[in-house]
Amino acid sequence: MTRPAIHEDSTPPGTVVIVGGGQAGAQAVDSLRRAGFGGRLVLIGAEATLPYQRPPLSKKYLQGELAAERLPFRHRAFYDEHDVELELGRRAVQLDVAASVVELDDGRRLDYHRLLLCLGATPRRPSWPGANLAGVHVLRTVEDADAIRADVRSGSRVVIVGGGYVGLETAATLRAMGCEVTVVEAAERILNRVASPESAAHFGARHREHGVRIRCGTGVARFEGATRVARVVLGDGTTLESDVVVVGIGAAPVTELAARAGLPCDDGVLVDAHCRTADARVFAAGDCARQESTRYGRRLRLESVDNAFEQAKTAAAAMLGAAAPHDRVPWFWSDQYQDKLLIVGLAEGHDRRVLRGDPQSGSFSVSYLKDGELIAVEAVNHSKDYMAGRKLIAERARVDPAALADPRVEMKDARIAPGTSH
Amino acid sequence: MPRVVFLEPDGRRREFSVPAGTTLMEAARQHGVDGILAQCGGACACATCHVYVDPAWLARLPAREDMEAGMLENAWEPRPNSRLSCQIHLTEDLDGLTVSVPERQG
Repeated sequence: MTRPAIHEDSTPPGTVVIVGGGQAGAQAVDSLRRAGFGGRLVLIGAEATLPYQRPPLSKKYLQGELAAERLPFRHRAFYDEHDVELELGRRAVQLDVAASVVELDDGRRLDYHRLLLCLGATPRRPSWPGANLAGVHVLRTVEDADAIRADVRSGSRVVIVGGGYVGLETAATLRAMGCEVTVVEAAERILNRVASPESAAHFGARHREHGVRIRCGTGVARFEGATRVARVVLGDGTTLESDVVVVGIGAAPVTELAARAGLPCDDGVLVDAHCRTADARVFAAGDCARQESTRYGRRLRLESVDNAFEQAKTAAAAMLGAAAPHDRVPWFWSDQYQDKLLIVGLAEGHDRRVLRGDPQSGSFSVSYLKDGELIAVEAVNHSKDYMAGRKLIAERARVDPAALADPRVEMKDARIAPGTSH
Repeated sequence: MPRVVFLEPDGRRREFSVPAGTTLMEAARQHGVDGILAQCGGACACATCHVYVDPAWLARLPAREDMEAGMLENAWEPRPNSRLSCQIHLTEDLDGLTVSVPERQG
């Protein structure tokens, strides 16, 4: 990235403004204060609530097992003690990077020395006919989860569009709540591109055991109904009677504020390894950012808790003049019913896959290798392989595929000692 | 409301009263206890809420389940009294539970 020579000052910042009150925004507050930043700190969040965790929204929160007051990361007292100005229920509507001013939707203008954009991603909404009918939902915010919960009861016929993590977790939860659930996935299998065929088969079987119907290989043609959705018509002509629809077909990064300010964006606000945008005073972190990865040698945009957390830490350090680009290995997880999928690393570019354990047993892992190096591990109900894999991947260890395939050998012992030919 | 005590890595003592049913991890996170990252929020997926339980309290906690044990085995410097604080649900019986926070998580 060629960076315009504006704002190359290196004085410690007096005011830091964080735009976006999700995982990254909350973590940046924490990291800045822990690092000793004593200046003015403002957090602008579009939602009226304290920054909160999103993962439970498709699981325990939706099911009513986790109360709303248990969602926020920190109590309000934490923000008071650390002298953080919370501007909740407010949006930033204009960013002027030349003047270093951000304007709020109530007309106030805030000067900043450093700005962090953590605007997240917004669920993709389908363009199919009927997509605006009542009863068609997406799931991103606590408000979305509340709307779904208010709309379903035991016996409701629910169609979930999209067999990815959000769709499948929501399917499992709504099934546990007594709904009749059908998942529609346009690809040939669920978890396509995000998990191995073995994991997909495992979770698919689990859903079917619980009475969820899964239809792959056909997309949605339209939603039908008078004012509320009543039917989902699929591409192959099948009609599914439905009371409620939840669409989980991915999310798009929120880049409008940055783009209008002239900051380069391309499927995310483009940032360097330190989470710095083209303007040296403006940073971006979390789902909205596409970062130059030191580990992978290319730009990556990841939508995950881990990524939001690590990028926020990186941005906070960089804002205070400490250079610490993160090269940690990304990780993800998904909970469905009592089963847990744990993934560490990125499998893209692998040239070998090694299965470990018997998928029929319900506990196994799949390792991905590239030129002999372990680059990703996907573990189904197997935290030990996941954690062992995490260490090996971080160390860029070469592993012996035969040892890896043998569950009697500890995964950590599959490492090939450096210098050994194999 | 059981009381819990966290000894932060630099030796600072933090004590809170928290509603029964809350996990030890939630108590730490809500108050911003130093050294508890709790990234996954209690899903037993990250091992960043690792604590060392005061030996006097260890026997009073329900045993680790397999998922937790598997996470801890490869956590940073696991010890016999290591636990993931997200797996400990606070009850009145645990009033006074004391744990120390490792220097690092992962």
